[in-house]
Amino acid sequence: MNVSQVQFQAAMLAPDAATPEGLRNPDGSAASKRFDVYRNNVVVSLADALETAFPVVRKLVGDAFFRAMAAVYLRQHPPTSPLMMFYGEAMPAFLADFYPAKSLPYLPDIARLELALRHSYHAADGTPVDHDALGQLTPEALMRARLHLAPAVRLLSSDYPIHSIYVANTQPDAPNPAMQAERILITRPEFDPQLHLISATAHACINALAQQKTLEDAMRLVENENEFSATLGLLLAQGAVVQID
Amino acid sequence: MSTSTKSLVLASAVATALTGLTTTATAQAQEKCYGISLAGENDCAAGPGTTCAGTSSVDYQGNAWTLVPAGTCETMELPASADGTARAGSLEALERDVPA
Repeated sequence: MNVSQVQFQAAMLAPDAATPEGLRNPDGSAASKRFDVYRNNVVVSLADALETAFPVVRKLVGDAFFRAMAAVYLRQHPPTSPLMMFYGEAMPAFLADFYPAKSLPYLPDIARLELALRHSYHAADGTPVDHDALGQLTPEALMRARLHLAPAVRLLSSDYPIHSIYVANTQPDAPNPAMQAERILITRPEFDPQLHLISATAHACINALAQQKTLEDAMRLVENENEFSATLGLLLAQGAVVQID
Repeated sequence: MSTSTKSLVLASAVATALTGLTTTATAQAQEKCYGISLAGENDCAAGPGTTCAGTSSVDYQGNAWTLVPAGTCETMELPASADGTARAGSLEALERDVPA
């Protein structure tokens, strides 16, 4: 056997490439059929992984398109990590440049959302703060307080109605999306990530909190006191606040 | 607004948020529920490489990537985008100018 991993991998991802020199059957002939079987299984299993990873993208473009697109993707972006649950990190950028998908400009953001959901799912647990801890701070201390958000919290912002598109493709009888920019907060209060449609100002506010800005600075970013209460209430109710400094 | 007024507004907002929590807390409990999803719509939040992923069977490769997207995108009827490009019906146009 005299074939390098580099040669082997290159031939594995090129459907028309010859069997690498040095792969032999027991009788000494080139192991072309065996290599074809192996090559096929690599491609099929990676395409299956992408189907599992991006169910909504798949639903949007249809099975045949997705499968064919996956075959292009997996050859350009073979896994770089053994953690298959994160396979497909380059999908948003890939879709943005993938000519046949150009008519669906929201597709990269849907892929981004599906990646964020998986990262949220696999993020470390966080222990929510005791809600009373916040209530016991003086008004002055509250102004200077900074929150730590749970590792599973994710924020997304899109020019497209990504929340509505996601819901319309995952829940029965959901309304058709209306064309508008949408922002999403992802939390994981129990086992599975939860999506929350939030306003642009709430998105800015939570983003500031995630960057350890003070409550005073974060409150400036929302419309009014009521929106700040609602935003903070959402984070607390979802167990998304794990520490108060 | 003076600093002390602002801090009172903030304290009041926090108090409102906390009050809201006590009334909704009982609705928070969540449990895994199996066997209720519609076919093809079950949650598989864990992603590939986990027990969610199926096993391989048949390759499907070929030149199908010249196909246009034919999923639910066609039925969603998204209105025109900001630059006025119509979204509905634009799928067919992709059959030309597809890279060889």
